Formats: sequence, structure tokens, C-alpha cells
Amino acid sequence: MNGAFLEEFRNRELVQGLAKQIVRLAEGRETPLTFMEVCGTHTMSIYQYGIRSLLPDGVRLISGPGCPVCVTPVGYVDKAVAYARQPNTIIATFGDMLRVPGSSSSLMQERARGADIRIVYSPLDALALAGKDPEKRVIFLGVGFETTAPTIAGTILSAASRGRDNFFVLAAHKTIPIPMSILSDDPELAIDGYLCPAHVSTIIGAEAYRFLAEEHKVPCVVTGFEPADILQGVEMLVRQVVEGRSTVENQYRRFVLPEGNTKAKELLSRVFVPSDAAWRGLGVIPGSGLAIAPEFARFDAEKVLPVTVEEPREPEGCCCGEVLKGKIAPINCPLFGTACTPEQPVGACMVSSEGSCAAAYKYGQ
Amino acid sequence: MCSPFCRANTRFAPTLFFLFLSNLTKEHPVDKDLILLGHGSGGRLSHQLLDELIIPTLSGIPTAGQNDAAILYHDGRRLAFTTDSYVVDPIFFPGGNIGHLAINGTVNDLAMVGAQPIAISVGLIMEEGFSRSELAEILRSMREAADQAGVVIAAGDTKVVPRGKADRIFINTSGIGFFRHELEIGGANARMGDKILINGTIGDHGVAVMSKREGLELGTDILSDCAPLNGLVESLLEEGSAIHVLRDPTRGGVATTLKEIAIQSNVSITLDEASLPLKGAVRGVCAVLGLDPLYVANEGKVLALVAPELAERVLKRMKDHPLGRDAAIIGEVTEGVGGKVRMVTLVGGTRAVEMLAGEQLPRIC
Repeated sequence: MNGAFLEEFRNRELVQGLAKQIVRLAEGRETPLTFMEVCGTHTMSIYQYGIRSLLPDGVRLISGPGCPVCVTPVGYVDKAVAYARQPNTIIATFGDMLRVPGSSSSLMQERARGADIRIVYSPLDALALAGKDPEKRVIFLGVGFETTAPTIAGTILSAASRGRDNFFVLAAHKTIPIPMSILSDDPELAIDGYLCPAHVSTIIGAEAYRFLAEEHKVPCVVTGFEPADILQGVEMLVRQVVEGRSTVENQYRRFVLPEGNTKAKELLSRVFVPSDAAWRGLGVIPGSGLAIAPEFARFDAEKVLPVTVEEPREPEGCCCGEVLKGKIAPINCPLFGTACTPEQPVGACMVSSEGSCAAAYKYGQ
Repeated sequence: MCSPFCRANTRFAPTLFFLFLSNLTKEHPVDKDLILLGHGSGGRLSHQLLDELIIPTLSGIPTAGQNDAAILYHDGRRLAFTTDSYVVDPIFFPGGNIGHLAINGTVNDLAMVGAQPIAISVGLIMEEGFSRSELAEILRSMREAADQAGVVIAAGDTKVVPRGKADRIFINTSGIGFFRHELEIGGANARMGDKILINGTIGDHGVAVMSKREGLELGTDILSDCAPLNGLVESLLEEGSAIHVLRDPTRGGVATTLKEIAIQSNVSITLDEASLPLKGAVRGVCAVLGLDPLYVANEGKVLALVAPELAERVLKRMKDHPLGRDAAIIGEVTEGVGGKVRMVTLVGGTRAVEMLAGEQLPRIC
């Protein structure tokens, strides 16, 4: 939270110098370059600072499946809604999940009807709720990527050591590298490089993308969130393409190590096991999720408190899947800004503050 | 913090209000029937509720004419009239409490149409079991704020409801003000070339309240900017017809308020992000919570749209006042499509600025 430290990365001259450098490097290329970011915070930052308006026409930034709320499928929301309707139950969730539409309701609607749904800023707050109210069961909605998962792993360990028996996690954690490899092989997308996520990479490390660069031949640059970071990340990607290289480079060296955060990774492997995971838009991707390990199954809401829900229904006409794959820009969805707005979202990408539709709606193109 | 409901609602008939409540439950399908928290956020959802239901039912006066206070004509004299309800949680926050807010908010709404606040009424709604000593402290604060603003608390009402039927204490205040000039100040009066001024840093109140709110210990020392603006406004009005619009950017923040003005006046507005006064700590907390300070509430700020040739004089008047030391010119009314607000970002990019959509929720990672 050091304001002065961040200022350096928002310096107008520095950013515009980098933009000019990108223009020079990309000059004379016949086909435009397409780079994908797979992190909601990158999506937000790119819109918030008007980064696209600084780039030449020949360099295109598209958003991938980087918003954790957006990639969470409808069926998960339906389960959360089903739990919210049960008596003696507190649903603890990060705020973004509230408005995500399920098949026939959302948590926000359930809250308005009287369900006990609390917004928390950390899974530890959810555990504290369980301690304060031992008569009730607290179900924490565990969504997110490798950044969020270690804090939830830590919370489960803490619940175990305290012998807490009224705390549960509805887990839908996801890992990003495998979906990146699937998208990089999609000829329709023709991705020329990845701006690799900043927070996720602090955990998994820059080396986690090595197979993408070497086996899938797609340049990767681990990139920070500030405007100068993003411009420099783009510049490094353009340079790799121009020089015919595909390697992993680390623009965000001030926080990301090649091996990542080994302590956090240990936590993850202790509490979670790799699993198949359902992604909105991408379907079930083998090995792309983190399920709660058998040793901690007593905290796994799905195992301990099974619920049956209706067959999940994707909203009619919603293009979130195509938006999450980077195949269409939010503005090209026929529902964008008309049937689907942040007040009455049809798809998850319009809900989360990190969703590309919400960002496009709020900040314009 | 004026609810937009009070704006220009000169023919309010309480009985109609209950009629519309009973009709509402019969006529609308279930999900459309729910009043959501976002309907009270001051953003787009609030505007929708006003435009579609409240105003057509109660007064029929189009929203285009809305200002912070209604202007009534009696015996050739102009009178300003406004009302607002205060439900802030927590009721005590860094830099003030619900009592200061209830007086200053109504004083400011009167000041924003250029009126001199004269008298205020106070309605207290308390929950059974509320603390008498806390009430005493809130009342002392109200008296203090009224004395500081030079208004009389002239009428009042007290109700107590059973435990659980209200949250500790809610306060409603109404106020009347007289005019000492012939100037027409209002949201529809912005003109091409007008400079946009603000009297200090943005987002302080919202961040002070949020940092105090249960479960969010951010350890910041940011104080609410809650203050009566009538003294400052009186000084600005010495510049006469140079002052076109005055608005206090409360709920929905500077972004929503400027968007309202752009729509009301059918003008285009360009903001310069680099000129926005913003405390480093506020920026930091907003970054952590995923909030945009442009959308965070203020309680002691005024946006003034003034003739360009006198903008520097008005700025000097602001800076000479204790509540305007950090005043700045933050943008202007420019050529372009009516109703649009754009911002030149810190790094020189451009993006659109829209109204707050729904509740501002914290992000998840």
C-alpha cells in the first residue's frame, strides 16, 4: 500500500516512452499481433488506464479466462443458492459472487429474500464467523486461482487444528496454466503471446509457464499490474515475436521468483489434490482444478452436505463462454449493454469487477 | 447525502407511497419485485427505481430537473426544501458520526442549489435497546454541526421500534433555505468550456467508513471529510453568474455526479485523472479492495462548474477557505456527444466514465 512506490509505475513519460518503443518494434508488420492476458486485475488495469488507446493498431490485447468469478460455472452458483436456502446456514463469500446469476436465482436475490449471506475479505473471517456462531454452519465459497487457494488451504488447516466442526468450504479452485495451453493451440485465436498473471505467478513462479513457451511455442512474459508494467510486458512480447523467440521472461521480478512461493505451494499440496474442473465457456478441463484432499474431507461441503440442484441452465444468448476464450470482445455480444448490464447481468462477465464485460461497460473501449 | 428521491419532489403525498408498495407486490414477477441494496446506492439502479417507479408515481417531475434540493416559489420568494435519511453503518466512524452526517448532508443539499440553510427538522428512529449515552453523543454532534453551519434545529420526532426492526439508529433530516441572490444554480446549467473544480481530496468519507466496518481492519487513519459546505459555497457565490453548477459528490462519488451533470446539461465532460486530489492512503485502500476512488462517497466536497475566465478566481476562493485547501481544477466541459464523460488517465490514455452500477463490492483477488 505504498503510494509513492506505485507512482513510479504510473509515470506518464515512462509509459508513453514504452508505447513509442512498441510502435517502433511493431512497425511494418503485415499481420496484427494478438496478446492475451489471463488475469482479471490485468483486464481492469488495461481498461482503467486506457492502455489500448496507447497501443498501435497492429497490437491487439484480448482478455482470457482470468476472472475467477467469471469462469465459475452456473452449476456452482446453483449449489451455493441451494445452501443459502437451508436453515441455520451462513454463506460466507467474497463480494463478487453475490450477483452472479445461477439457473434461476442469485445469492443477492437470496439475501434479499432473507438468506444469511456475509461478505468477507478473507477466508479467515469466515472461520471467525463459525467460531462466533457455533450453532450455525458456515459455508465459505472457495473460488479463485492459485492466489486465493493458499489462504483457503491455511484456513482449512486452522479449522482442523481448532477442531471446528461447523465450517465448510464449497471448493472450486482452479489453476491457470493448462487452460492457457489449450487456448494457445486454438488456431482461431492465433495467440502470439501471453501476459502471464502477476499474483498467480507470485505463488506458482515464472517457471510454471516454461512448457507453454517450449512445447506450445508461445512467448510468455510474467507482467505486473501497473501501467508501466503492462506496457513493458507488451514490449517484451513484441520483441520476442520480432526476434522469433518463444521463452518465459519475467517483467515482474520485484515480486515473482522463478520457483514461486514454495511455502504457499507446500500448503496447496497438503490440503488440495489436482482434480478435473468445470470452467464456464471452456467445459471440463482435466487436471485444472484443486479439490480438497481426503484427509480434510470433513470440511468439504460437497462431501459432507450434499445438495441436489436443478440441471444448470446457461442464460439464453449469453456469450460469456466466447468472451472468456477471447473469441469475441464484450461489445460484440448481442446482449452487451442492452439485455445485459451490471444492474441486471445475464452472464458472470458482466458481474465481477474483474470481468471483461463489466470493465468494458464501465470504462468503454 | 441526499437521496435522489428528494430532488425536485415538490408535491410529495405520503399516502401514495403506501399505495405503490401494496401494488408492487401484486404486479411484478418475483425477481423484478425485489428491492436490492443497489437500489439505494445512488448509482444507476437508484436512478432506474426513481425514473421507473418513484417519480412517475409521486410527482411526475422528470429527473432532468433534479437537483439536490427542490425550489419552491411562494409570494414571489424562492425557497429551497430538501430531505434525506441516514442509515450509515457503523454509526461512529473515523472523523464523525451519523449525527454530523445527518446535519451536514442536509445543509449541503441546500447549499448545492445556492440556498442559505435556515432550519432543519430531525426524525430519530431507534431500535429498542439502543444506548442512551451513544444517543447523547450523536445529539451533541448534531447540535455542534448545526451551530457550525448556522442553522436552527427547529422541529423533530422520535420513534422507537422493537429490537431487530431497525439497526440501532436511523435519522431523517429535512431542511429549508432562503436565497440571497437571483442566481440559477443547477445540474442543467453546465456550458461549453466550463471548468470543473473540486474543493479537495476524493473518497475520504467512503474509505473511512469502510475501513471501520466490521470485519475490515485496514488500520488506516483516514478521516471522513464530513463538513458543512454552506460557508464555502457562500464565498463562491460572490463570483456571481460565473457559478453554473454546484453538486456534492456523495453516494456514487465524483464519477456518478459528473455523469448526472453531463446528462442533465446535455454536455460532454473530460476529466484529467492526474489533477484529481487523492490521498495516498485512500488510493492504497481502494487498490486493496478493488474500489475506484472516483465512485467512493464524499461528505464534504463540492463539484463546481464555472465559467472558464473566472475559474482561477473561484479556485483561489476555494483555496482560501479552510475546507478547500487542496482544491483543484479537475476537468472541463468539452465538445462532443451530450451525456458523455471521458477521462484522460494518469498515463495519458483515455477511457469512459460511467455511473456507479449497483453496489460497489470488494473484489475477490
